[in-house]
Amino acid sequence: MSSTPNPTLAAPSGAANRRFSSFLATRPRLRLALFLTAPLTWLVGVYIVALAALLVSALWTVDSFTGEINRSLTLDNLKEVVTDALYRTVTLRTLFVAAAVTVIDVALALPIAFFMAKVASPRLRRALVVAVLTPLWASYLVKAFAWRSLLSEGGLLDWILGPFGIHSPGYGLTAVIMTQAYIWLPYVILPIYAGMDRVPGSLLEAAGDLGAPSALTIRTVVLPLALPAVIAGTIFSFSLTMGDYITVNIVGGANQMLGNLVYTNVGAANNLPLAAAIALIPIVIMLGYLALVRRTGALDNL
Amino acid sequence: MTLSPLTRGILLGFTGMVLLLMYTPLLVVVINSFNPDPSMTWPPEGFTGEWWRKAYHSAGARDAVLTSVQVAIVSTLISLILGTLMAFALQRFDFFGKHSVNLLVILPIALPGIVTGIALNNAFRGIMGINLSIYTVIVAHATFCIVTVFNNVIARLRRMGGNFEEASADLGAGLWTTFRLVTFPQLRSALLAGGLLAFALSFDEIIVTTFTAGSGVTTLPIWILNNLFRPNQAPVVAVVAVVLILVSIIPIWIAQRIAGEAENIR
Repeated sequence: MSSTPNPTLAAPSGAANRRFSSFLATRPRLRLALFLTAPLTWLVGVYIVALAALLVSALWTVDSFTGEINRSLTLDNLKEVVTDALYRTVTLRTLFVAAAVTVIDVALALPIAFFMAKVASPRLRRALVVAVLTPLWASYLVKAFAWRSLLSEGGLLDWILGPFGIHSPGYGLTAVIMTQAYIWLPYVILPIYAGMDRVPGSLLEAAGDLGAPSALTIRTVVLPLALPAVIAGTIFSFSLTMGDYITVNIVGGANQMLGNLVYTNVGAANNLPLAAAIALIPIVIMLGYLALVRRTGALDNL
Repeated sequence: MTLSPLTRGILLGFTGMVLLLMYTPLLVVVINSFNPDPSMTWPPEGFTGEWWRKAYHSAGARDAVLTSVQVAIVSTLISLILGTLMAFALQRFDFFGKHSVNLLVILPIALPGIVTGIALNNAFRGIMGINLSIYTVIVAHATFCIVTVFNNVIARLRRMGGNFEEASADLGAGLWTTFRLVTFPQLRSALLAGGLLAFALSFDEIIVTTFTAGSGVTTLPIWILNNLFRPNQAPVVAVVAVVLILVSIIPIWIAQRIAGEAENIR
């Protein structure tokens, strides 16, 4: 869109402006190009190029003596990642943790989102949105660390539950699942709430008028319409958990997830090609998941 | 659909319980910021303002907050421009490859942070031969922030339709005038919501940041990670966290007010 650089030229420039407008009005392809060029260049130039390069580096090797990268292409790293039992174990563990976190978060988020969107008064709803949003701003690291202190021996959890004979699970996979489920919960509640908010109230009234009990209405009207939003929420919790290596370090004890393997290979082990090959595992899993849920329209609800 | 009072009560109770669970760890952080024992034993024995005083004088924390704010502001601005352009392109036009482009916008947030981090690290250093700096962090953050702006704007565009803009054009307004007087006012609250989320996302990001920050660049999460396990620094980190939670209430409150106004207009 043009501006007027010189006031004395304002009148002719206004006319030029108008000419430009009508010129564009009849050329939708040109308008599309103007909109698309900048963001597409950025995303392809920065992100797709980087991902493609990562794919190529997975085919390189590192000389174990000199630490130099050998740029001849081989499938050795990929073979190692596919066949070595370590990677299989860690992949399954990571998938298990991500799935558990996702199930817990959806189970907690569904009733809350429904309550916020369809039951609470507008005033209470606004307050609840703020209440759910605020923890997002507390640092992720601080939250993980708070759980470390909650779960510690003699920590708050032991202190409260001890009298009932229940003890903190200590640092380990259970702690990782609890902490991650806690940290990502707002990311799951918000899209589900937005999705349920979009379910027209008239449909619920109609179902009620036609005699459906509320449980049936929820099961056959609300849930199917909110499903894409629920899946959008699971994309967040699943992907965020799968790539994490910091929470595992803070509350996971000696356990490793895929993120840890990638991290150590980039850093301490100085083996970028192997790290790239390991990183392909979460990429393949996420792309598979996205392909699976794409037809539900979940991607429009992120 | 009418819910029985019992069902409403159960839903309300459940929501309240989960919120209590959500806020308990935050409350623990607040209490620990006054805990005289630096290893934060529970329950705290006494009360001290020492950590707050230390945090107030901590130049490291202040610099880290400043760096994070700079990174978050610039990457939010970039993502506001790119995300809005992208939303217009995908909502107002049909073209070959539209679904792939849609997937492309989502990908940086749908793929785990460690993938984005290592891919960008490799691309910057290995391929482009660029030294990591604050600019590489900004480029990385902007890339995954585009999607939050995009989603908010495209949802608004879907609801707006094009009637007002057509009317404006029929009445003789040029593209710029229509955008300024018709389109932008309707988009404003969506841009604010998307921009706030982008800011929050960038401000708290640690994984991608670890892989793309130059050695001298300390964003707040990196500062926190460096100090969390130091003996006398953990309570200072707790203080910084409490301040952040308190400060964050302001933007959330503004966003809610604006969202509320938009609702009233509808």
